[in-house]
Amino acid sequence: MKISQKDVEHVARLARLTIAAEELETLTGQMDAILGYVDKLNELDTEAIEPMAHAVPMANAFRADEVKPAMGIERALQNAPVSGDECFTVPKVIE
Amino acid sequence: MKFQNLTIQEMRQKLISAELTSVELTRACLERIKATDDRLNAFITICEKEALTAAAAADQQLAAGNGALLTGIPVAVKDIFNTLDVRTTCGSKILNDYVSPYDATTITKLRELGAVIVGKLNMDEFAMGSSGENSAVGVAYNPWDPQRVPGGSSSGSAAAVAAGQVVATLGTDTGGSVRQPASHCGVVGLKPTYGRVSRYGVVAFASSLDQVGPVAGNVEDCALMLSAVAGYDPADSTSVDCPVPDYLENLTAGVAGKKIGLPKEYFIDGLDPDIKTAVNAAIETYRQLGAEIVEVSLPHTDYSVASYYLIAMAEASSNLARYDGVRFGRRQDGNKGLIEMYQQTRSAGFGDEVKRRIMMGTYALSSGYYDAYYLKAQKVRTLIRQDFHAVFEQVDLLLTPVAPTPAFKIGAMTDDPLQMYLSDIFTIPTNLAGTCAMSIPCGFSGEGLPIGLQLIGQPFAEAEMLQAAYAFEQATDWNKRVPEL
Repeated sequence: MKISQKDVEHVARLARLTIAAEELETLTGQMDAILGYVDKLNELDTEAIEPMAHAVPMANAFRADEVKPAMGIERALQNAPVSGDECFTVPKVIE
Repeated sequence: MKFQNLTIQEMRQKLISAELTSVELTRACLERIKATDDRLNAFITICEKEALTAAAAADQQLAAGNGALLTGIPVAVKDIFNTLDVRTTCGSKILNDYVSPYDATTITKLRELGAVIVGKLNMDEFAMGSSGENSAVGVAYNPWDPQRVPGGSSSGSAAAVAAGQVVATLGTDTGGSVRQPASHCGVVGLKPTYGRVSRYGVVAFASSLDQVGPVAGNVEDCALMLSAVAGYDPADSTSVDCPVPDYLENLTAGVAGKKIGLPKEYFIDGLDPDIKTAVNAAIETYRQLGAEIVEVSLPHTDYSVASYYLIAMAEASSNLARYDGVRFGRRQDGNKGLIEMYQQTRSAGFGDEVKRRIMMGTYALSSGYYDAYYLKAQKVRTLIRQDFHAVFEQVDLLLTPVAPTPAFKIGAMTDDPLQMYLSDIFTIPTNLAGTCAMSIPCGFSGEGLPIGLQLIGQPFAEAEMLQAAYAFEQATDWNKRVPEL
């Protein structure tokens, strides 16, 4: 096995997901199969190869720092599950 | 009124000559959608009121003689495009009630050209899937066979055109999500070069791969839709500032003297025999049209699925971190604090395939595994791009199948995600390389299912690719067949 149920639980915590106990075994098996498959990349020697982050080679895309109209607070908040006082409302972070 | 056999150009002529109004056309289109969508499930949202308002405005423009490229033409878009004051669900429960506060740039362009947007189309959740089955509202059905998938992820975009619900649609293509459903539904679908079309306002899946692309019933309409949406956008720093040619202008240029390459890695043993026959016949057609056919090699093809899925999943895990129940989307909260709220929201809001990809991507980016998986995949991506670069020194275009099989049965691969990923083998490499590609109908299987032919063009050579597609379409009549609903 390339990945254990314990690893999967750890990754779930990093991804802010909870995996139901009954799904854990299936998911671990599927992830293991995918990781087994992608191992084939190791057949290639890529020591001297530059990684490619984008399809079009481009350096930083700079623009002038100008003030432009934005969508406005009301619009920005219209989809918030909970909001108040022109802010997004979140559960208490610090007790 | 029956409009299903009209092209965009024919509709335009009828609108301009006042033989038809946009309101009439839009009404007929909405009726067709209502009459057929129980069977197809191609639409997530139908925008009747908005569409009729836009159609009435289009009629005024037309009456004043101010018609633009798409004035009065009803179209629809994948539910991944933000459309002002209309729901954009991305096929996900987590965005079920999300109402877009702005228009994507491509939507702005369609509106400025007078298009009437009649609705938002079904799709695999967050564009992750090859079958349309990963949609929160259920699979869209293949118009040719209700037991089969239409392909994915732009399932509704292809099914709606094939079924004559609308004349053209927009989809997105990250690993084949426009071309593969177009192939499975027997319509024309095009993935432009990375950077050709703005992605501002398009919900992100894998940002180094995603590209917006049109679906239409024929090559000319596809070219027209590409002309409508292509171009640099200051709001998308990855769009490329190079001139957009008029894709309709030299469509009839033909392929005489062109060199078309057949990458031998795409003509494998596992290829469905009907697809092999159809593609071989297409090669013969191109030969008769005066193209020179040569065998070429893209040696790293076999590594593209592995490289692609690592990159796409890693980018997805990062892009989808924004669905946290705070700024938009649904929130699930058990009053146990912030982290718990994130976990509950995401676990309840995402479907299985999206969770699987977030998990895989998080793993591939996590400490200790980054070099082995993500970085390795990016290096292999360089090799894949170099393959294309080398091949385009020898030929003008590439010709391949779109998918190894015709549309498969619903449920056939849902238990085996890896098998589903492998079905994208012929479409994925062009997303990794960033080049343009398209699918055009080239035949039918013994069971009467459409088969698509893929043309792959050099970066920013969409015009030349469309000319080759047009030449094939003129020489054949595969796009004229329509499914019986």
